[in-house]
Amino acid sequence: MSIADPIIRVENLTVGYGGKAILQNLSFEVRRGEVLVILGGSGSGKSTLLKHMIGLYPPMSGRVLIEGEDIVRAEGAHRQAILRRFGVMYQHGALFGSMTLLENVRFPLEMFTHLSDRAIDLIARTKLDLVQLSGSEELLPAELSGGMRKRAAIARAMALDPAILFLDEPSAGLDPITSAEVDQLVLRLSRSLGVTFVVVTHELPSIFTIASRVIMLDRRSRGIVAAGDPRALREHAEDDRVRRFLNREPEPA
Amino acid sequence: MRCPAWRSPTTPGHLTRMPNPASTDAAAPILQVSTTETGAAVLRLSGVLDAEHVEAVWKPALDALQRLNDMPVVLDAAGVRHADGAGIALLLDLLRQPRLPHAPVRIEGLDPRYRTLLDQFDPAHFHPRARRARPPARLREVLGRGGVAAGTSALDALAFIGESISALAAAVLSPRSLRWRDILLAAQRVGADALPIVSLISFLMGLILAFQAAVSMRQFGAEILVADLVGISLVRELGPLMTAILLAGRSGAAFAAEIGTMRVNEEVDALVTMGLHPVRFLVVPRMLAALVMTPLLTLYANMIGLLGGAAVMSTFDIPLSAYMRETFAFVGLSDFLGGMAKTIVFGAIVAGVGCLRGLQTRAGAASVGLAATSAVVTALVLIVVADGIFAVAYYYLDI
Repeated sequence: MSIADPIIRVENLTVGYGGKAILQNLSFEVRRGEVLVILGGSGSGKSTLLKHMIGLYPPMSGRVLIEGEDIVRAEGAHRQAILRRFGVMYQHGALFGSMTLLENVRFPLEMFTHLSDRAIDLIARTKLDLVQLSGSEELLPAELSGGMRKRAAIARAMALDPAILFLDEPSAGLDPITSAEVDQLVLRLSRSLGVTFVVVTHELPSIFTIASRVIMLDRRSRGIVAAGDPRALREHAEDDRVRRFLNREPEPA
Repeated sequence: MRCPAWRSPTTPGHLTRMPNPASTDAAAPILQVSTTETGAAVLRLSGVLDAEHVEAVWKPALDALQRLNDMPVVLDAAGVRHADGAGIALLLDLLRQPRLPHAPVRIEGLDPRYRTLLDQFDPAHFHPRARRARPPARLREVLGRGGVAAGTSALDALAFIGESISALAAAVLSPRSLRWRDILLAAQRVGADALPIVSLISFLMGLILAFQAAVSMRQFGAEILVADLVGISLVRELGPLMTAILLAGRSGAAFAAEIGTMRVNEEVDALVTMGLHPVRFLVVPRMLAALVMTPLLTLYANMIGLLGGAAVMSTFDIPLSAYMRETFAFVGLSDFLGGMAKTIVFGAIVAGVGCLRGLQTRAGAASVGLAATSAVVTALVLIVVADGIFAVAYYYLDI
């Protein structure tokens, strides 16, 4: 398989709530091994799109193919197998509050593998080491800072070595240094493990650091207004909105 | 269309684990152990080392390494076709074992792709360590900790009672400062919404009391006395008690969960920084609602309970009018007022405990659950204790 081989293909996806479409007739691909950033202003449907891509909500129409298999219509064991191919980091981490960090990362391994206790322990500790949380295994999520919580959530999402990681606002609410550390983590995992990332964010420094490609959503046109390399788009995008967004300029009065 | 939150959009089916590695599986990893004439040993790992298969060789490899503890060991990984995080963890586990200086372990032939994965980890970070056993707590330590915890929680409760009384008094002195909409909403939830369950339970209670009594009384031809018995038990004891218990289960738990979630979401902190006292803003409306609604609910429960008794008596050929006349002749005003006085105390207990437990909630979903549980249990215990005190007091006051 080539590098440009699409690992996720979204076809004619229309999503919305209560019969009202937020995004219409969306089609795009995610290539194997890239870091794709979905960006757009508030209310443009970034998180909604992410939640439909991971099969949390059923779309109004269209398909989401993950490694060629449609998650929208998959049921039962087939659906379980597709779910196993990706991990998700939710915006606030969604770590289980009653479990320690190590137990949080162990949880998927305990539920889905036949490995021994000793093996699960070591695997979970390697995942925490990858996100630089060695030594914090016995802490509870409530005892962590925001950045640590997001890193721990990434470690849990990686527990079963999925090929794809979805990150929802990985740097929102973090200080610039911690935010930059999370960016470095994404780049490191993408290079060393070859994991494909789909990241929802609107933090510009983060976008320019991690994105191999971006797609930009817009509330008014209910679709993709631009796609490509963010640096090129910043200079040469045809659409004013895209250039303004990437240059952090206000709307003209 | 949105799905209800408790189920996946499509049926998730049964939770399927990875298949248990069968020995016939072509991907199953193989471990071969050999020794060379130079006094070294070779552990040859081949096949697929992933989460699905690696368990088959994990323990054997560790055991082999343990047996070869006095000679250098080479891990020959040239035959590893694929390794994921679990396979890398196995190699790491073999490399991190404590060894004698003359018997090191090194790895050879690992595909560079997996080599870089393994090199991310420093085996020193993963020293196999004995679980730190906590020394068993001594008796005096247990007693000391328990005492401090009990003392702190008593002080907390005392401070809360003081604050609530002062906030209630302030509210009564300046009723215009109250948010009446909050109070009415709380009153609706505590009172009106509880009517169906209160009706069901009290009707059933009247029915059972009357029926059990009637069967015995009938032998003496004294069925009419059933009215006395049902009336006095309901009005003095069971009506107030059952209503309070229902209230603790419905509203006490709800107060604790609601305020607890507000605490977890920092909404309580937001109130404090706006200069609004949480007790005044959150507790007073709920307390006032409970203080007003508990007596009303009890009154209603008593009437429904009496109706339940009447329903049984009508099957024993005692007309409603005779039943009512007997009840009102026997159950006096002091019985009724005595019962009502209790309900005010019960209402204060349920609302107070619910709010206090809510405000004591720490972080996380589990602690909201604990707060709700503790609100119900504490309220029930206090209701029983208060009821006992009332019984003794009424006995000496001859009510």
